[in-house]
Amino acid sequence: MKPYNIYISGVGGQGIIKTSTVIGEAAMKNGMPVVMSEIHGMAQRGGVVSTQLKIGDAYSPIIQEGGADLLLAFEPMEALRAISQINRESFVVTNTSSIMPFNITASENPYPELSVILDELQSHSKKLFALDAEQIAKDAGHILSLNMVMLGGAVAVPGFPLDREVIMESMRENLPEKSMPVNLKAFEEGFRVCLEK
Amino acid sequence: MNIKEILKEGKDEKLFLLGNEATVRGALEAGVAVASTYPGTPSSEIGDVLSKISPEAGLYFEFSTNEKVALEVAAAAAASGLRSFTFMKHVGLNVASDSLMSVAYSGVNGGMVILSADDPSMFSSQNEQDNRHYARLANIPMIEPSNPQEIKDLMKYSFEISEKFQLPILMRTTTRVSHMRGMVELGPIKESKNKGFFRKDPGRFVPVPETARKMHGVLMEKMEKIEDLTNKSPLNRIFNRGGKIGVITGGSAFNYVMDVVEENDLKVNVLKLTFSYPFPEKLIFKFIKDLDRIVVVEEVDPVMEKEVLAVIGKYGLEKKVYGKLDGTLPMIYEYSPDIVLEGLETVLDLNLQKKEVYRTEIPLPNRPPTLCPGCPHRAAYYSIKKAVNNLGLENVIYPTDIGCYTLGIESPYQAADYLLSMGSSIGTSCGFSKATDQRIVSFIGDSTFFHAGIPALINAVHNKNRFLLVILDNSTTAMTGGQPHPGLPVDGMGGEAPQISIEELVKAAGVQFSKTVNPLNLTRTQGIFEEALQYDGVAVVISKYPCMLIKSREKRKTVTADIDLDKCENCLECLKDLTCPAIYEEDGSVNIDPMYCRGCTVCIQMCPEKAISAKK
Repeated sequence: MKPYNIYISGVGGQGIIKTSTVIGEAAMKNGMPVVMSEIHGMAQRGGVVSTQLKIGDAYSPIIQEGGADLLLAFEPMEALRAISQINRESFVVTNTSSIMPFNITASENPYPELSVILDELQSHSKKLFALDAEQIAKDAGHILSLNMVMLGGAVAVPGFPLDREVIMESMRENLPEKSMPVNLKAFEEGFRVCLEK
Repeated sequence: MNIKEILKEGKDEKLFLLGNEATVRGALEAGVAVASTYPGTPSSEIGDVLSKISPEAGLYFEFSTNEKVALEVAAAAAASGLRSFTFMKHVGLNVASDSLMSVAYSGVNGGMVILSADDPSMFSSQNEQDNRHYARLANIPMIEPSNPQEIKDLMKYSFEISEKFQLPILMRTTTRVSHMRGMVELGPIKESKNKGFFRKDPGRFVPVPETARKMHGVLMEKMEKIEDLTNKSPLNRIFNRGGKIGVITGGSAFNYVMDVVEENDLKVNVLKLTFSYPFPEKLIFKFIKDLDRIVVVEEVDPVMEKEVLAVIGKYGLEKKVYGKLDGTLPMIYEYSPDIVLEGLETVLDLNLQKKEVYRTEIPLPNRPPTLCPGCPHRAAYYSIKKAVNNLGLENVIYPTDIGCYTLGIESPYQAADYLLSMGSSIGTSCGFSKATDQRIVSFIGDSTFFHAGIPALINAVHNKNRFLLVILDNSTTAMTGGQPHPGLPVDGMGGEAPQISIEELVKAAGVQFSKTVNPLNLTRTQGIFEEALQYDGVAVVISKYPCMLIKSREKRKTVTADIDLDKCENCLECLKDLTCPAIYEEDGSVNIDPMYCRGCTVCIQMCPEKAISAKK
């Protein structure tokens, strides 16, 4: 099976690694080969965090530049930073609520306008799904369910190799039971919003 | 997945494991009885998992004071006939190297595996040294897995080989293997024998000149036998794809080679060296003798490349070798499929159609890691800068050490001027104290102080130096994920343990000026720093407050900082002097994000307009 490549990026603390593990375990339980790369350590302290997943036959979890089928970005500027991972056939799902770098007041480069970011992503991919995952997460009951909003969005993308039920089963196995109602609501809402786009 | 699933009996079941988690499963399947480490990324999660499951799994695990102690604990257990496992990040093996050299001579009875997690491209390290050199330096066998399944299987195999030849095995992983997640098919867990017996044999275990000379001969004989094995081992596998070009590779680089070769259907033969040392000369000869071109793909140093060239020289062959030495592949940093493809294209004279890669031309602000909101280190840095300014001191040197507080290198703190390795803050302060008339303020964390700070502090006092040492005691080994250390009342398996007092150690080292402060009390902390800066000798200030990541877990947050924009004069001091991630500027005014604020109250205390207050 030719691998389906997912590049996930965002900021430390957004639940990126957990989300990736949910996808990876779902793939495994569904009988698909899967490999994943994650970076720990110093990167956690508010820096950029990214993971890479290949679902299908692959040795290395590292995606070649321009080789991602899906870019899932938890933060808009981090989506733009990762734009070299996609090509014109790729899909992009991005959160639109931004997280300012702590040193932005001293930074030479300003944080780009959201519309500029979205234009760039739109014009270099097959389709862009932009959603305010922070707001959706808050509405679902907790801002920390943002990662499940994004996961729901990813599952709605055409060509995503795993269906909702398989992902939800994996969520149940990987997330604390008491936060499941909020997480499931966040997931469903992310899925619905993306499906309607 | 619940971490305890690593313990489950379930033969033939599959788990989606991180390389480091697969390492633990491998240790369990091998029947390891004793395991030891000092935490260090990218190896940290091995210890985190062992720490959670060891009591239930019936093995002994400890976070040792440093890597040398960890290796010694494992060596003695193996000398007593138990299977032992010690693991560390690459630079940790430098610390352990003194004893490593000797355990190679004396050998082991029970199997012993030493795992070194290397960090090409330095994701969280001070260098990217290639620890394959250590196998050569100590002259012990090396095994290099490429994925989690291999790590698990090879752990088991390594223990068998170690026991058979009575030598420790060095396993080398890299960040991309340790932090790779993949499917791992489980095998049966072996019940470990956990009481050993040490049979005395000074001729073997006490390397004094007379015995050591003999031991070196014994080591050479063992390694000769193991070379027979590496030449024939199925772990060193040839992928025959036809043609006259061959690639020699291993570890993470093997994965990149295979992805590139298969995706582009390249006619290239691949030799994967997994049991990579003693270098399998005969196998290399067999692989290359009918090839025209040989490419060596390895991370980081051209170790195998030089050894392949030696084989070519020894056998009088005429072959072209491509790799790092001729510039076909980069000399430093980790590789990727893109880098490997580019190298192979040069060798194969190909011009493949490249994937279109778009890079944005919009200059993006970077997002460096930073101290967390509420981090007590930020408060300590703020106060030391105030104290230094208040006393009008100039050209102060700030030697620093390894931990979260190394982030003090950033503006506005700029309190990190010199760093070598774990514990170097104190040793180098001694040097600066003798070499200059500048004032010196040195920073070290609690865990790092235990690891390598104590001998240097004794040196400082005994040799009559003058500097201020700030011990940033946040009651954990924070950077690697919050592991315990000897200053805490808990051991590596979660059991009760005697707590070693830093205050008393400092006094016992002969320090006359020693005070403890709560860094979240700014006025008092600044006052004590000022007093310490004027002390003529070694002054120690222990800045003691727990890491906010631990505090948050305990949900002890009581207040949130709240800014009154009517009182705020927009001086931006809080924003610029603290750079706390919870404080941000929006539409020209300062805001505090209640979600990020941990209620440390530092901004409340420092605001010149008293515009920030505590909200329950």
